[in-house]
Amino acid sequence: MTRVLVIAERSAAGLDDSTFELITAARSLGDVTVSAAVLGADTGALAAELARWCDGVFAYEDALFETPDGDLAAAVLAPLLEREQPALTLVAHTNTGMDLAPALAERAGVPLLPDCLSIAIEGDHLGAVRTLYGGKVHARVTSSASLAAGEGSLATLRPGACRAPEAAPETGGSVSSEGVPEGCAPRRRLVETVAPEPGAVDISAAEILIAVGRGIEEEENLDLARSLADALGGELACTRPVVDKQWLPKSHQVGTSGTTVKPKVYLALGISGSFQHMGGIKGDPFIVAINKDPAAPIFAQADVGIVGDLFDIVPLVEEKVLERKG
Amino acid sequence: MDVLVCVKRVPDVAEAEIEIARDGKAIDESDLSHGTNEWDDYAVEAAVSLKEQHGGSVTALTVGDEDAEEVLRRALAMGADEGVRLDDPLFAAADAQGVATILRHAIAQRPYDLILTGAVSSDAGGGLVGASLAAGLGIPHVSLATSLEVEGTSATVRHEAEGGLERIVTLDLPAVVTVQTGINEPRYVSIRGIRKVAGKEIPLLGAPEVGLDAAALGTRVVLGELFLPEQGEGAEILEGGDDEVAEALVQRLHERGGLPA
Repeated sequence: MTRVLVIAERSAAGLDDSTFELITAARSLGDVTVSAAVLGADTGALAAELARWCDGVFAYEDALFETPDGDLAAAVLAPLLEREQPALTLVAHTNTGMDLAPALAERAGVPLLPDCLSIAIEGDHLGAVRTLYGGKVHARVTSSASLAAGEGSLATLRPGACRAPEAAPETGGSVSSEGVPEGCAPRRRLVETVAPEPGAVDISAAEILIAVGRGIEEEENLDLARSLADALGGELACTRPVVDKQWLPKSHQVGTSGTTVKPKVYLALGISGSFQHMGGIKGDPFIVAINKDPAAPIFAQADVGIVGDLFDIVPLVEEKVLERKG
Repeated sequence: MDVLVCVKRVPDVAEAEIEIARDGKAIDESDLSHGTNEWDDYAVEAAVSLKEQHGGSVTALTVGDEDAEEVLRRALAMGADEGVRLDDPLFAAADAQGVATILRHAIAQRPYDLILTGAVSSDAGGGLVGASLAAGLGIPHVSLATSLEVEGTSATVRHEAEGGLERIVTLDLPAVVTVQTGINEPRYVSIRGIRKVAGKEIPLLGAPEVGLDAAALGTRVVLGELFLPEQGEGAEILEGGDDEVAEALVQRLHERGGLPA
């Protein structure tokens, strides 16, 4: 029996989807017991929900945990890992998880397998598949920790890599209230939490999005995409590098650190398809990718792809769209 | 204020065709150009602009072989005062937690107020060196900073948080901050700028100098086989000349209701 500890992540609505994905990945390992840890100012409902999915819940309830703080959470959870000695601790590879997992692994003295697409027990060790080089290469990695010797590992799982079932398995786990370990005090002082500024155009409501990435090369080339967007009656969106260069405001950025969109059609121009970007596209739209790199990861997720020069193809597409409109 | 900034030399794979090396454990980098990890470039800019505002020094550190000197030279050209290269036969097999361990040993020997790293690297991309380093040094950290200011002995950091939110926090120095792209506009480095610092000596520290041995370094994560992901289930690739593919694409858009009536 392998013991797995899942670190729950909160969202505005309750528990983040990634938490259920972690539980599902843990169950997929076979003969396991799965427990979850949750931190919050009010954990009652979260712990009750986790108890429907897990065999046990460790609830840390304190005003200190009002806002997520990876630095503090690592200090709080390291003693739990020490006490419970899980063979595997799972954290989501989200902004919050990336803030927590490395510090927790270091404090607990366990190997960290970051950004895994899948995990499996391979003999005496935890194995995983992860991506390298922005998704262009996959690698098999193995934790050096020995399961037989009771050594633990920590892995972060990429959001969306594992699909959770709709309904809870109703495991009827018990909830234990945990106190704040001695000496744990926050080292971050909250000034404020900031929601992204709403843009003039709400891309989250658009049905047709024409999105540009690094491949657009120059700011003035945005006109090409803008013009196509006008022809299609769509809105202009972009990836992070375009915002970094201040060619478009942040309100146009699609991704886990930008806006979540749910269009019917998504036209990706010069976009490689990083998971941070693709993570912001929901609702299974019809995705078209135009990119000159045939190995761009976006072609694995698009419905239709064109390997070619967007500067040649986009004006032709616009012309043909306008022709059809008459 | 003394700022340390950790940088890494990485291959540029953005539009390159990648081949797995014969041993299956690495990619063939022989045809690839290399440079400073993009996130680290922003971290160096942040470090240098803090020095310009508050005085003090900037030291750039890297773990890597002789080729990695170029990323230190670039940091020097941007305004860093010193570059330190950490290299040893023992370090060659270090995983990311190992790199954090090497940096921790090197850093523990010198004065610092703030340590900056890129939030992730474009090659391994685990995003774990900064926070690991902080926990190892016993100092606080914040990940994914999108703005950074220092006043007296505390830093105010805006960082990316859950669900598209950002959070502004303050923390006492010393601390580790991992830097997101877009936090600033990294200054241009001219060839002349690089030439100016070409003669500057870059100290090299090995395992004995930083007080590390094989047992302390260890290997926590064993890298196995690398492979190229299957493209099989992916997109229907439209073939033909530009005009043909554009026509086929418009047809598909029409079928999927992606064209205005």
